[in-house]
Amino acid sequence: MLAGYLGAAALWYACVAWVPLESFRRLPDPVAVVTEWLSPQPTYGISIFTEAYYKHILYSTWRASAAFAAATLLGVPLGVCIGWSRSFSGFASALLGMLRPVPPLAWVPLAILIFAGSEAAVIFVTFLVAFFATTLNTAVGVKSIDPDFFRAAACLGASRMDILLDVVLPGALPNIFTGLQIAMGAAWFSLAAGEMIAAQYGLGFLIMEAYNLIQFPTIVIAMATLGLLGYLSSALIRVLGNRLMRWREQSLGFAA
Amino acid sequence: MSGALSIRGVGKTYDPEGASVEALRDCSFEVRAEEFVAIVGPSGCGKSTLLNAIAGFDTVTAGQITLDGRLLAQPGLAPKPGPDRVVVFQHGALFPWKTVLENVTYGPLRQKALSREAARAKALELLRASGGLDSTAASYPAQLSSGMQRRVEIVRALMNDPPLLLLDEPFRAMDGFSKATMHQHLLDLHRRYRKTIVFITHDLDEAIYLADTVVVMTTRPGTVKEIIRVGLGRPRVPQMLYSRDYAELKRSAAQSVHEEARRAFERGEREQA
Repeated sequence: MLAGYLGAAALWYACVAWVPLESFRRLPDPVAVVTEWLSPQPTYGISIFTEAYYKHILYSTWRASAAFAAATLLGVPLGVCIGWSRSFSGFASALLGMLRPVPPLAWVPLAILIFAGSEAAVIFVTFLVAFFATTLNTAVGVKSIDPDFFRAAACLGASRMDILLDVVLPGALPNIFTGLQIAMGAAWFSLAAGEMIAAQYGLGFLIMEAYNLIQFPTIVIAMATLGLLGYLSSALIRVLGNRLMRWREQSLGFAA
Repeated sequence: MSGALSIRGVGKTYDPEGASVEALRDCSFEVRAEEFVAIVGPSGCGKSTLLNAIAGFDTVTAGQITLDGRLLAQPGLAPKPGPDRVVVFQHGALFPWKTVLENVTYGPLRQKALSREAARAKALELLRASGGLDSTAASYPAQLSSGMQRRVEIVRALMNDPPLLLLDEPFRAMDGFSKATMHQHLLDLHRRYRKTIVFITHDLDEAIYLADTVVVMTTRPGTVKEIIRVGLGRPRVPQMLYSRDYAELKRSAAQSVHEEARRAFERGEREQA
């Protein structure tokens, strides 16, 4: 794994040093970026020692978390309804099917007009992609539950509420978490894009600002930070998922 | 004594967009309280349709089913499953996300029939009586062998004290040795807890060895072809499988089962063509 990271850095270095293209030669090599990143007095004003760097991170993280939380809170219940009720499924699938193919960024202008401001608009666009992923995966998860579990619960005297809590939610949990993973990835993707178009702070905005000022190392620092945050948030979901689905983890070792 | 099941003239026609399929036609037989009845027949003979109707998973389009005089199914009646006739499923339906103890105590706790402590005590006792399974109370089902899972699922059913147990080919996927062990276990439970058992299978040996009565069903539309009273005494022991009585029963039953199996096979060939 370490070899992979080193290899990637070497490839990057080689591209900058040896590719005979004028535009490649102006790119910063790994050493320049890391030096800038870790410098107490960064040339272009952004490093781990500057307050502004954390402000951008904070803004992006807050927006991603708010959008992700809203997507989970709305998407999981909606997905359960779609997966569980056939009539609801017909209605909602048509609506979702129509809205989903619209590229998230195409929403930005409308969102700014609706929410009268860029902050809520960026969060909305981020929410939207995460919401689709969560809803659809939850619905698939509920639909894929073995019907015998519903029948067994009914035989044992479970009410509809019991079935929701004891069969539907745990049965759909693996798919819900797959959905959350996808949602988190998609959220960072459209967050960065949204921030580039319509924001005053945030890592996407930082990339755009550094681009306008031609500050190469800062662009790469912001990109790498986005990658890191995306990786961490996705790891967080995985850990939470494994904790909630111990029954699955254990079954791998002992499966009969 | 309870658990007398009466099936009178039951029919079921599926009607998916006009192409009606008659799965059951005029199916009638009586099951006495505490009797062990096996229903045998070729695949697609409507055994599972009948079981679904008794369990309350599906409607019937003709006839009546009653349990101790109480109406379970008739045309126009909304089906409703309940803890008075618990099903043990063909592919197993223990909740994988609940531990053995949580699975087994699920019925009494959801019905609020027992307190948590009482349910736990009863569960551990029944699990212990099922080959020392109380030691697996904290495990998840996937950690158990398929034979253990089956025994736990039967315990989960027994926890509700149902007058009637419905077993849908529960040992189908098992190897011969595990199957033989499970047969003795089931016979032992039947002797101890005196439940009426309706056992669905396509294995004639299994049916004769376990049951008091074997109901042979015809191929689709499924109806009762023959009712065989198994005169073998109880307790049943494996030696009986080699007795003259057993051979005689097997010979007469095999004839009608094979007739139906051939008809089902030939129809399958025609439908393929």
